[in-house]
Amino acid sequence: MLGLMRRKLGSGDVPALIGGQVLQRISPATSVLPRFFSSAAKEMMVREALNSALDEEMSADPKVFLMGEEVGEYQGAYKISKGLLEKYGPDRVLDTPITEAGFAGIGVGAAYHGLKPVVEFMTFNFSMQAIDHIINSAAKSNYMSAGQLSVPIVFRGPNGAAAGVGAQHSQCYAAWYAHVPGLKVLSPYSSEDARGLLKAAIRDPDPVVFLENELLYGESFPVSAEVLDSSFCVPIGKAKIEREGKDVTITAFSKMVGFALKAAEILSKEGISAEVINLRSIRPLDRATINASVRKTNRLVTVEEGFPQHGVGAEICMSVVEESFEYLDAPVERIAGADVPMPYAPNLERMAVPQVEDIVRAAKRACYRSVPLAAAA
Amino acid sequence: MRRSRTVTHAPDGEFGPDLAEVFGPRQSDGGPELVQLLTPEGERVRHPEFDREFSAEELRGFYRDMVLTRRIDTESTALQRHGELGIWAQLLGQEAAQIGSGRALRPQDFAFPTYREHGVAWCRGLDPLKLLGLFRGVDQGSWDAQEHHFGNYTIVIGAQTLHATGYAMGVQRDGAVGTGDPDRDAAVIAYFGDGASSQGDVNEAFIFAASYNAPVVFFCQNNQWAISEPIERQTRIPLYQRALGFGFPGVRVDGNDVMATYAVTQAALQRAREGSGPTFVEAYTYRMGAHTTTDDPTRYRLSDDVENWKLKDPIARLEAYLRRNGLVEDGFTDHVAAEAAELGERLRAGCKQLADPEPLSVFDHVYADLPPELAEQRDGYAAYLASFEGAQA
Repeated sequence: MLGLMRRKLGSGDVPALIGGQVLQRISPATSVLPRFFSSAAKEMMVREALNSALDEEMSADPKVFLMGEEVGEYQGAYKISKGLLEKYGPDRVLDTPITEAGFAGIGVGAAYHGLKPVVEFMTFNFSMQAIDHIINSAAKSNYMSAGQLSVPIVFRGPNGAAAGVGAQHSQCYAAWYAHVPGLKVLSPYSSEDARGLLKAAIRDPDPVVFLENELLYGESFPVSAEVLDSSFCVPIGKAKIEREGKDVTITAFSKMVGFALKAAEILSKEGISAEVINLRSIRPLDRATINASVRKTNRLVTVEEGFPQHGVGAEICMSVVEESFEYLDAPVERIAGADVPMPYAPNLERMAVPQVEDIVRAAKRACYRSVPLAAAA
Repeated sequence: MRRSRTVTHAPDGEFGPDLAEVFGPRQSDGGPELVQLLTPEGERVRHPEFDREFSAEELRGFYRDMVLTRRIDTESTALQRHGELGIWAQLLGQEAAQIGSGRALRPQDFAFPTYREHGVAWCRGLDPLKLLGLFRGVDQGSWDAQEHHFGNYTIVIGAQTLHATGYAMGVQRDGAVGTGDPDRDAAVIAYFGDGASSQGDVNEAFIFAASYNAPVVFFCQNNQWAISEPIERQTRIPLYQRALGFGFPGVRVDGNDVMATYAVTQAALQRAREGSGPTFVEAYTYRMGAHTTTDDPTRYRLSDDVENWKLKDPIARLEAYLRRNGLVEDGFTDHVAAEAAELGERLRAGCKQLADPEPLSVFDHVYADLPPELAEQRDGYAAYLASFEGAQA
């Protein structure tokens, strides 16, 4: 019923005149949760964080618009764009046909015109249909035009493994996109990350690949008043030290940050103090923070959910070898997904993605406190 | 060896006539629906929908544009043969398609080219030396697309049709469509070839343009060849008929007839500016030269094909018309020939003077601002270069 009413009033129409007075368009709260304005630290779901970031940036800059499948009438395949069609109308929230290559290229054309598109891929697996436009049209335009054609576009959507979605819907593209000069690649973990990084991405003049995670959308995190402010932004290229430690550095991004923090908790009970770095930015990579940490702890475990070969951890390891080799007291440990297409069977899928125990074991190996590996369970 | 150009036809059946049969597999005359205002012999013919009057000034202008464009093309081809350019994509034979459509553009319209639209570049006021800089590989920057309303050359086949459609949707949302103000209403034209029409990108652009009623003209120069692939390899049906399937009008125009190309493109652009959405214009022409200077078309096509099309030359037919109607009594053609010679000289001299880019510029413009990581790499490289004996500071 309420949904029906919304449809009538919204969609960018002129507000109705009733009794000589303009009827205020009822704009229901765009967030899933009601907002409490108390002084205590508030909790916010990642989904709401992304939604509020989009809303605020669209409100602040009329050039920003959203485009993708299901983003409008359906309120977003994962409800990230809930309420936005109604608030901003169909000219700024475009439901597209099933044409990833199409709307990625269209987005670049719109950016050439001076607009700021936010292009949503239902998952980044489908970005492979559009990858020519992400890389050849978006990433390289500024370079190939001597800085005359900038493409302030954001490509965003869920990346990596979800739960039981099979091989073609579970791949992590962090390494793929971070490989490309001209792109910026971000991956939030918490709601603070989601808000701050998405706002920074939308404001950035360069093309940004924004890798979210479906399983994080429903997770809640405490957010401060500063985070809730509409001007809040997180700098691109700076990692965040989520937990300080002195014995081993653990790098991670997206969902794995949560796993790394859990691992750190377990390790602390065994007398190992782990420093957990939330990368936030895959390209540019915050080599300074990573290396400073390794110079402090002398040990490194890189964690990612994607395939191991040519992954993010490989680059981090090389960076540390290049800049902090003498500081390493142990070989760098790499935790990644299994080197197989994601299995569909739930028991096999669990084996194919890193678990907290894997991170704990790796940290112990780095500290020469490892236990013999039992058969994986 | 010439490849077979026959197509297998399905017999007429419960699904109706075989459309390829209706329009014929070989359409060297362009088929029954070809829009033409000037025959290959230079005779003026009428057309019920697209006819218009042309002033002597307009026609002389077209002639001059085509002659100078051809000169740019032949001069650049020669420069490539002399090692002054890395490569050149020749437009020989397609001058009318490009000048006719290019001159129909208003200043506020925007053109998205492929890599062969040197005639359209000419119409948009681009100095041809800018094109040479690109093909010589010394100019990372091409030209300022916004200044000339002419996009950068795109070699990813068909990609520009999506860029054009996205740009057109931006024009729409800026309210520059259907206002009735001739200085404000704008259209976008997307150039592409017969080969590109097979690409997914191009078809998705059609879908989007139709769905969103975007103010874009899809201008296909069907020059019969995609490198060595003849048109029959790309399509079973005349290309302009595809538009119907996507839900917007398509028209085939004689791409060697500058008058018809101008009239049809003007009408299509006006449709877009008014808010009536996309149009597909197929300019039926022939690639008289090679795909690029690295191609050798004698390997895959017979010279009598080319000879046939020489009889349909775009410049010759206009010149015949102009002479027959006394429009060039004043030595105009000699004047244009002299201008072409001068242009050729300027291009030759200018090309050789184009300087190689500075080594450190390789790090420029990867991002809007130089990131610290890249600055470090650049500084490191600069130090490396400076470490050579006799290196300049």
